Amino acid sequence: MHPIVKLVVQRIALGLILLWAVSVVIFLGVEMLPGDTAQAILGQSATPVALANLREALGLNEPALTRYFNWLFAALQGDLGVALTNGQDIAKSIGSRFGNTLFLAGCAGVIAVPLAIGLGLIAARYNGRWPDKLISGVTLATISLPEFVAAYFVIFVLTQVFPIFQPVSMVFPGMSFWDKLQAVALPVIVLVMVVLAHMMRMTRAAILNVMQSAYIETAVLKGLTPMQVIWRHALPNAIAPIITVVVINLAYLVVGVVVVEVVFSYNALGQYLVDHVAKRDLPVVQAVGIIFAAVYIGLNILADVIGIVTNPRLRNPK
Amino acid sequence: MADLLEFRNLKIEATSYPPGEPPRHVVLVDDVSVTVAKGKVLGLIGESGAGKSTIGLSAMAFGRGGVRLTGGQIMLNGRDLRQVDAAGLRAMRGHEVTYVAQSAAAAFNPAWRLMDQVIETCLQHKLMDRKAAETRAVELFRRLGLPNPETFGNRYPHQVSGGQLQRAMTAMALCPKPDLVIFDEPTTALDVTTQIEVLAAIKEAIHDTGVAALYITHDLAVVAQVADDILVLRGGKKVEYGSTDQIIHAPQQPYTKALVSVRSIEHVEKVFPDAVLTVQNVTARYRGTNFDVLKNVTVDVAAGQTLAVVGESGSGKSTLARVITGLLPAAQGRIQFAGRTLSADLAQRSKDDLRELQMIYQMADTAMNPRQTVGTIIGRPLEFYFGLKGEARRKRVQELLEQIEMGAGFIDRYPAELSGGQKQRVCIARALAAKPKVIICDEVTSALDPLVADGILKLLLDLQAREGVAYLFITHDLATVRAIADKIAVMHRGAVVRYGAKTDVLSPPFDDYTDLLLSSVPEMELGWLEGVLAGRRMESAGN
Repeated sequence: MHPIVKLVVQRIALGLILLWAVSVVIFLGVEMLPGDTAQAILGQSATPVALANLREALGLNEPALTRYFNWLFAALQGDLGVALTNGQDIAKSIGSRFGNTLFLAGCAGVIAVPLAIGLGLIAARYNGRWPDKLISGVTLATISLPEFVAAYFVIFVLTQVFPIFQPVSMVFPGMSFWDKLQAVALPVIVLVMVVLAHMMRMTRAAILNVMQSAYIETAVLKGLTPMQVIWRHALPNAIAPIITVVVINLAYLVVGVVVVEVVFSYNALGQYLVDHVAKRDLPVVQAVGIIFAAVYIGLNILADVIGIVTNPRLRNPK
Repeated sequence: MADLLEFRNLKIEATSYPPGEPPRHVVLVDDVSVTVAKGKVLGLIGESGAGKSTIGLSAMAFGRGGVRLTGGQIMLNGRDLRQVDAAGLRAMRGHEVTYVAQSAAAAFNPAWRLMDQVIETCLQHKLMDRKAAETRAVELFRRLGLPNPETFGNRYPHQVSGGQLQRAMTAMALCPKPDLVIFDEPTTALDVTTQIEVLAAIKEAIHDTGVAALYITHDLAVVAQVADDILVLRGGKKVEYGSTDQIIHAPQQPYTKALVSVRSIEHVEKVFPDAVLTVQNVTARYRGTNFDVLKNVTVDVAAGQTLAVVGESGSGKSTLARVITGLLPAAQGRIQFAGRTLSADLAQRSKDDLRELQMIYQMADTAMNPRQTVGTIIGRPLEFYFGLKGEARRKRVQELLEQIEMGAGFIDRYPAELSGGQKQRVCIARALAAKPKVIICDEVTSALDPLVADGILKLLLDLQAREGVAYLFITHDLATVRAIADKIAVMHRGAVVRYGAKTDVLSPPFDDYTDLLLSSVPEMELGWLEGVLAGRRMESAGN
């Protein structure tokens, strides 16, 4: 087998093991919370008899191990159980919201990643001069602003001062793609501001690190322009660290943007999770937790694989 | 003949920023004037810090770090490069002048195939289309003696050897048909048997293409093979300029004379009966591998004697040092030291075992803690082995500093405040402090300039005569071996291929490998390269 295939398979296998371990941790975490689901449904004033009956009905008297495997196998078949609070099928509820989450994260990523890398390249090109300082200063300012402040600032400017967009990002089934894009414009702007700096700075640092190499001097002495030197000779050797940071930020766009969702009333997974945490709806918390973990692990596997595949030493062994 | 390149009163300066001190202004090159005619090769020679690379790169109007051209003119093809704008310089670089770096392994981009890098200048300057450029590159690969020239370019830099990369870099420099190529120590990082091949390939390529060249090196014997004229530099200033013939055979300046006769040590071998260190049938391999890096090695060295272990990189000579010191426990065989058998593993050895077997390394820089003073560095073994403290320790350190001819004034200095030769002397003093019976010297002069290295060798011989210490001297440099050895072991692929007293090992009849090794060492003679190569061709034709 080609060594690269072996490495990739190893990474994926490791990711799956990690995901399984996370499922155990999530299950144990929920398990260790005081009280149980029956108590949560019936409230503090429930009679012991009612509690016992409900526990029997929900299968809560089974040993923890049995319940874990029941939950795991059901989840593997796409059955995430039923929400306690409203009796709806969790998988179904998550489905559309997860779509919304991915749509928002995707829009933000499509803009933020090329922009961050481009700005990082420019900053590296003009290292220490005014374009570098301007880019670093502006991106640092946007990352330093808390998300909700940035969100209200953007709302104020783009709906009040210049009334271009709607302040609320409601999306619903049947909306056209274009309408959806318009609806998410404001949260996308905020999210781009939030994730830009990290990726930009990593790109700049990785490029500057490579710029110390002897082959960069070779490229300069070939008569290449500074941007050609960076694009052709520095960037291909700086991919791995950049990808790692890009992926961390993409994962953040999927799992960590609940504040922005709330501000813009955007109906997605983060808001769904927070609602159900407040209501102690543990099956929902478990389900969303495992989905977020899967996204995180999956994206990091992707980063590893890209890092491996773009390494010529691994791709073309001696 | 018309001048291609002319330096007129060249002055190059830089600002250095030593930590904790005000910025310092340094003049790297001062008032150097020299010309290169079309198709001629000028050798730039000098020790490190002589400004030879700085001058070489200034022919492309390029300065590393904060280097600035501050005076004089650089006339290339009739125009002053100091007056040319950035776009004009880019058009010149890689078209009129190209560059071959010392370490081709670092100068090639690891992410691209060799072909794409070799033809990049041709495409960048629109000199030819991709197809024509590739055809030319293959032609150059063939001319430079690279294996499978048709497909060689499909490989990545990490897939070919150091000598091949150096040739590929020469092909890259010649591909755009430049007027001038700057060779910056192109063979210095190579093994001696590889160096001779690359040197021959470069010389032939220069001759065939009629290109002019600046050939930068610290090795006079090497430059004598390729240059028409030689400029000797020291501390950024011109020392002497003349034809190669004149510089080699009739040097005028004292410094040039010293360079020409640098190996001045005459060392008559001593014979001693009783071995202090005996390595018997040692075989070793690295953990997790099944390849023997040392194969049945047997050597010994007596008190007051020097055993030189010679070989190319990868021959196992440094591994032998690691096995003797116990860093890599031997898989088989025995090491006898001062009448007792040494445990194979470092952790099992007694404090006396450790004390009596000391080591000096190639890179004195990295072998010292930069945050400790010379006094602390040398004092450490005194305290560890002999329990010396306070004034007694300081006094002994001063004695040792006198022994290495540095004087007590250095005791409070930091390594950064020492020259390369002084650093190596401190390392020698540290080894001596332990009163060892054997010192293993691993390429201790390889990183030093020839004159400085000479001083270190003289010091080592001096100390040996006084202290009776034995040396196991690992080196790839045969001139060093001649200067210091009593016995020689020639290593090749992990095995000792020739072993005995110095005069026996260096006298014919030779085995094939020793013959190749000895005949590859450049000699300071015009036409040496052609002579050796012609001899080898006849031999292979005769076989």
